[in-house]
Amino acid sequence: MNLLPFLCALALSPLLAGLVGRVKAWFAGRRGPSWLQAYRDLSKLFAKGSVLGETGTPALRAAPLVVFGSTCLALLPLPGCSGAAALSFGGDMLALAGLLALGRFALVLGALDTGSSFEGMGAAREAFFGALAEPAFFLFLLALSRLGGSASLAPVLARLQGGGWMADGAALLLLSAGLFVLLLTENARLPVDDPATHLELTMVHEVMVLDSSGPDLGLLEYASALKLWIYCSLLASLLCPLRPSGAWAGQALTLAGVALLGLALGLVESLSARLRLNRVALFVSSSFILMLLALARLAGGF
Amino acid sequence: MPAGLGLAWAFTLPACGLAWRGGAWSLALPWSLPGGGFHLGLDALSAFFLSLVFPVSILSALYGLGYLKDRQGRKALGAHWAFFYLLVLCMALLLLARDAPLFLTAWEGMTLSSYFLVTFEHEEREVRRAGLLYLVASHVGTAFLLAFFLCLRPGSLAFAGAAPGAGASGWLFLCALVGFGTKAGLVPLHVWLPEAHPAAPSHVSALMSALLVKMGIYGLARALMLLGPPPASWGLALALLGAVSAVLGALLALAQRDLKRLLAYSTVENVGLITLGLGLGALGLSLRLPGLALLGFAGALLHALNHALFKGLLFLGAGSAAKAAGSRDLERLGGLLSRMPVTGLAFLAGSAAICGLPPLNGFVGEFLLLLCGFHGFSAAAGPAGLVFGASVGVLGLVAGLAAAGFAKAFGIGFLGRPRGLRAAQARENGPAMLAPQVALALACLLLGLLPFLGLALVRPAAACLAGVSGPQARALLGGARDSLAALALFFIPLPLLAGLLALMRRRALSAFAPARAETWGCGYLQPGPRMQYTASSFARSFERFLHPTPAGPGAAARSPAVFPQPARFSTRLEDPAREGLYRPFFLRLMKGARLGQRLQQGSLRVYFLYIALTLVALAAWAWWRP
Repeated sequence: MNLLPFLCALALSPLLAGLVGRVKAWFAGRRGPSWLQAYRDLSKLFAKGSVLGETGTPALRAAPLVVFGSTCLALLPLPGCSGAAALSFGGDMLALAGLLALGRFALVLGALDTGSSFEGMGAAREAFFGALAEPAFFLFLLALSRLGGSASLAPVLARLQGGGWMADGAALLLLSAGLFVLLLTENARLPVDDPATHLELTMVHEVMVLDSSGPDLGLLEYASALKLWIYCSLLASLLCPLRPSGAWAGQALTLAGVALLGLALGLVESLSARLRLNRVALFVSSSFILMLLALARLAGGF
Repeated sequence: MPAGLGLAWAFTLPACGLAWRGGAWSLALPWSLPGGGFHLGLDALSAFFLSLVFPVSILSALYGLGYLKDRQGRKALGAHWAFFYLLVLCMALLLLARDAPLFLTAWEGMTLSSYFLVTFEHEEREVRRAGLLYLVASHVGTAFLLAFFLCLRPGSLAFAGAAPGAGASGWLFLCALVGFGTKAGLVPLHVWLPEAHPAAPSHVSALMSALLVKMGIYGLARALMLLGPPPASWGLALALLGAVSAVLGALLALAQRDLKRLLAYSTVENVGLITLGLGLGALGLSLRLPGLALLGFAGALLHALNHALFKGLLFLGAGSAAKAAGSRDLERLGGLLSRMPVTGLAFLAGSAAICGLPPLNGFVGEFLLLLCGFHGFSAAAGPAGLVFGASVGVLGLVAGLAAAGFAKAFGIGFLGRPRGLRAAQARENGPAMLAPQVALALACLLLGLLPFLGLALVRPAAACLAGVSGPQARALLGGARDSLAALALFFIPLPLLAGLLALMRRRALSAFAPARAETWGCGYLQPGPRMQYTASSFARSFERFLHPTPAGPGAAARSPAVFPQPARFSTRLEDPAREGLYRPFFLRLMKGARLGQRLQQGSLRVYFLYIALTLVALAAWAWWRP
């Protein structure tokens, strides 16, 4: 029962979002916002009042709560580069996928509740990209369970070290590439969606929070930072061949990996432009192909 | 009316309890029908489906009382309820039948009584057409079932007996697949489902989707038990049919505008998932891996149970919404959650359950199927392992498509502003219609928060299907039970966390006055309901991805005049199996029949000539025969 990955995620995920923003700013020749800006924004939002739309239903005011709660719970099975997670049981990777799907569903319904055409469009796009990304994510989990011999994340990721990591290198590389594409899709990053755009017709994720304000917006922003941390932590533990024995050493290694991935993400975002929407669908499907290739490799195809 | 059903339920409860504990029960009576006796039997599989029949039919009868209240003086409700009773009786008899004539009699009774229930509003032409299609499709399936039962046991028509040989049993399996698959709604035999379910009154649609298609599933399971140990090809066939049904059903559900048609296609999708689970279980049996088979069968049966609960709930909710807002069209609904809170929340629970979202019951069934796929991919070698792996991909795809479809159904139908005048005046229905929905929603929540309860409910039936004993099943499913217990612990903090956050948010906002503003519409000052996203637009991205060419079967009128003229535009999505498979087949059949029409001259002299020619031919044949 290792609570360290969970606590680090809760504490440091806004910092990750800030890191990506600073890398993008450096590429653009600017200094970028302060490292603590995300924390300041969150505390400002939580201290503000909330303006509700005329069309909103009282029941759907719970949507940001469900999004944040499900993303928070989804952090529990992640071990990072240490051997143990906060909660580990057979099938916890499926529970992780289910919680992320619940978060997406609640977000889409909250967007459709406002009665806005922009939010409806963002909801439709998010549902579309989510439907394309789900089979790829499930195939990724299948490949992980085949690699590690179990349906639980912590033992599987603990087994990917040293010699075993080298032996399965090709499959791991394919899985990592596919997971990186899924990261770009699920977290609404370029080239799937531009988080810094102000044109509502081109937004996917940003427009779904357009009519939220105050603590609701704060919870949604925090939840998206946590979701980015989940994907980066998974990717870091895939790419890192070392599994140190202590919890603190493992967590430090995870933090280093996540920071490097933040740099890489900033790099990719700065160097790419947003794809056209039908091209985005093909881009997301490419992660499905990569996972299929990795599975074929693991099943002994080539 | 529901009281009578409740009494019947009370009679069956002790027998079901006995069957769950592993006992079996049988009764044989003489019967005048040639070829068979009146053999009843109850084992764990029958008990599982029987325990599903009565509660769901009681709830839908209760709903029907409220739904049909305004028709009281104008339509013959007595006949309707008589057929309802007959349908439930036939379903119960079907589950207990252990003899082919009794089985087929109950099957036919089920079909006929449900036909009369579907065509309750027979004044409308499309209801009559839908009923006719249902009748024809059911009887085509029954023909295959007749062939199946006649050839099953040489010389006898009872279920008990030795299994047939390997050569014959392949054809028998095909007959059973077509016959039971028609009732269950597998692609491409599903074409009656999207017509019959919307045409029927809502409590009948709920009953049909929840229970009638499960009779087809029960038939498939019983056929697997009767035909003996299945070879790998059967499991592959079931899994492939299930996967195709699931994906096609999910895609077509996403594209529908009619709420009940969307739910009907979603039934096709879920039946596909159940059949996929049966196929994985059969594959596990053929590979001699009883643990895998148990997991597959348990997942399939649990998904069948869950589907009965949440699909019944969704159809009842759709009926409530359609009755209150005056239309089944999603483009005419909207804003119903604030006007009909209980119905809306129950529909939300049903939608979240059918998408397989935690902490509701749909997730548990899909969890077991996914575990089966994961274990099968590692445990089975060769092509069988690939089937298990592919099933995981199919399950993921279907989960994503179903989530999109039900986000559309609930989001467009119940959220936002009312899109029609009657939707803006909708009011909540009476308690007779609300109570069954609340009961079903609570059942979904209960089975989701206590997932091991669901596993305990299906374990005896899955053990019966896989041919393992009770204690052995308990041992083999121990890992799954531990996972489900851990799942319960994992998901319980979710509502607690949401509640805590709600309290914190209320405290944080208590310092401010509540503020309301218009939804952002890029500065337009008069946002109206027509500015919202529509149901067709929601599915547009999917359609464009699958059909990149912009041509559509819609009718677009382009006016060549200088000034804009009024124009009409409409699109219609036809069922691909109906358009691609059945319509060309029947057109060709009719073309061939037209050739034979040349013989029908209509003149009596020509017919006398035919008779004379036939007599001459017969005489010549009789003369030339030695």
